[in-house]
Amino acid sequence: MPEPRVAIVGAGPAGLRAAQVLAEASLRPLLVDEGHRAGGQIYRRPPPGAERPAAALYGFEAGRAQALHDLADALAPRVDYRPGTTVWGIAPRDPDGFDLECLGPDGHGRIAADRLVLATGAMDRTLPFPGWTLPGVFTLGAAQIALKAQGMAIGRRVALVGAGPLLPLVAHQYAKAGATVVAVLDVTPLAAKVKAAPRLAAVPATLAKGVWYTMRGALRRQPVRSGVRAIAVEGAARVEALAFEDAAGRRHRVACDAVGASFGLRSEAQAADLAGCRFAFEPVTRQWQPERSGQGRSSLPHVYLAGDGSGIGGADVAELQGERTALTLLADLGRPRDPAREAHLDRRLARQAGFRAALEAAYPYPHHLVEGIADDEIVCRCEGITAGAIRRTATERDASEMNRLKALTRTGMGRCQGRVCGHAAAEILARTLDVPVETVGRLRGQAPIKPIPLREPA
Amino acid sequence: MSGLFHRLATRPGAAIPFTIDGMSAEARAGDLLIAAILLHRHSLRRFEFGSGERAGYCLMGACQDCWVTLADGRRLRACTTPVEPGMAVITGGGDA
Ligand SMILES: Cc1cc2nc3c(=O)[nH]c(=O)nc-3n(C[C@H](O)[C@H](O)[C@H](O)COP(=O)(O)OP(=O)(O)OC[C@H]3O[C@@H](n4cnc5c(N)ncnc54)[C@H](O)[C@@H]3O)c2cc1C
Ligand code: FES
Repeated sequence: MPEPRVAIVGAGPAGLRAAQVLAEASLRPLLVDEGHRAGGQIYRRPPPGAERPAAALYGFEAGRAQALHDLADALAPRVDYRPGTTVWGIAPRDPDGFDLECLGPDGHGRIAADRLVLATGAMDRTLPFPGWTLPGVFTLGAAQIALKAQGMAIGRRVALVGAGPLLPLVAHQYAKAGATVVAVLDVTPLAAKVKAAPRLAAVPATLAKGVWYTMRGALRRQPVRSGVRAIAVEGAARVEALAFEDAAGRRHRVACDAVGASFGLRSEAQAADLAGCRFAFEPVTRQWQPERSGQGRSSLPHVYLAGDGSGIGGADVAELQGERTALTLLADLGRPRDPAREAHLDRRLARQAGFRAALEAAYPYPHHLVEGIADDEIVCRCEGITAGAIRRTATERDASEMNRLKALTRTGMGRCQGRVCGHAAAEILARTLDVPVETVGRLRGQAPIKPIPLREPA
Repeated sequence: MSGLFHRLATRPGAAIPFTIDGMSAEARAGDLLIAAILLHRHSLRRFEFGSGERAGYCLMGACQDCWVTLADGRRLRACTTPVEPGMAVITGGGDA
């Protein structure tokens, strides 16, 4: 019997570790990644010409970043690596495989695979606030990417706003790189971080570093303000200032020309949706994610999941899950097992899960931001659909579910396919109807999950 | 008017000439198209569905807020496209 063809989607920490295990077993997996260079979000590598030393790019994660990049290079001859290639469609193929619709440097192509490992990662979770569509407002992740991939700051006077460990991390990275950071605003209360601190101390992990910066006041030049509310960007044609209310209720206004703002992460799960995976609502981070067993199985027999795409765990968890998931896949193929290695990974993942819970507790969901979204605020950046339109449609046209809301208002139908607006729209819809957010469901993924340009860049 | 992005790390690579609304501009090898434009301008294009301009948002190919048009008719996602010599970007904005 010929070897089964395994396709891994995503070459971040999770996908690369999965590829390593499968390559060790001489399976020669296909590794498809939209990025031009392997590494994923956190260990993003600059494009050729923009390289800088690992220590400058990744700070205290330089060692891990280097290890993963070395792994990617070492794997090259043993995997079928397709960089710069987007999987925009996945269709089941009889009797039990999949066709991946891809767009890469050489144009369109269809790739057949018997088994899938989906390691598609996450993106910033965003919420609308006044002025968030002005040129100069980016996500926190974008602020980090500008620095890591381009050696640039998003502005000359940058304000950063967040509700997760990425906030102090980016603030630290910007300050270290010599950028001018004029405000670091955490929209979650300090008390939550103080309370979670003892549990956070248990495991040293990448994302915890940010909390430590907040706690220890390591950002001496620009301390993090916690418990901030009512943020609003001001400006005529571009960002001119950021206004906010501090924890004591005082209003402030800081002049700036760029803002990096986002509120936690959301799983990039549209590929899993197209493959047919069953989703479950994750109540702590308030999002729908494909169901993943501890060993990496999805609800489907031949689809496996790893990393932030199926649950926000950060880079270390992504690596562990990538390895664990690939071992499960090998076991399912009837390959010899290594129970000691599996048990070791399971123990480390269990420790990380406890830690992750503490991290989520340190940054509780910012309900006050959702409550403050005015009717005239744009929710859908792609087509300019407002919160008022969503609320009116909910009450007047009986849109009690996200896909009906989409059909009636086009929210989530634009170019981003609901990646940016989907979360906020669900929260707004649920509040309008006064029901728990999970009852309004989730936007179903549809091919193409990313826009396919008519003409490709040369 | 001044640009949005601010270069912190020097770039040893070759200079790459391109144009924005017919005006010549210079980028460096390794610059993504979005960065090349935003070093000079505060936006990429006018917003198609309302007032104002757009300058990108996620920088990771997810939000699709950074599409730009070239004079040769190509439409590109600027945050995932490296700048190339001779690209002629049309922003349609008044931001000279
Ligand atoms: C902008 C950003 C910055 C972050 N910074 C940090 C940080 O500093 N520290 C930290 O601990 N965590 C950070 N995170 C969290 C981060 O998601 C994880 O730490 C880690 O990168 C997760 O690894 P992963 O392998 O699951 O996914 P990722 O690293 O996100 O890798 C997923 C890969 O899949 C590719 N992909 C997705 N969909 C498709 C598709 N349809 N077709 C082809 N390829 C696809 C993506 O291009 C990407 O290369 C950040 C997240 C984001 C979004
Ligand atoms: S800035 Fe979001 S896709 Fe380019």
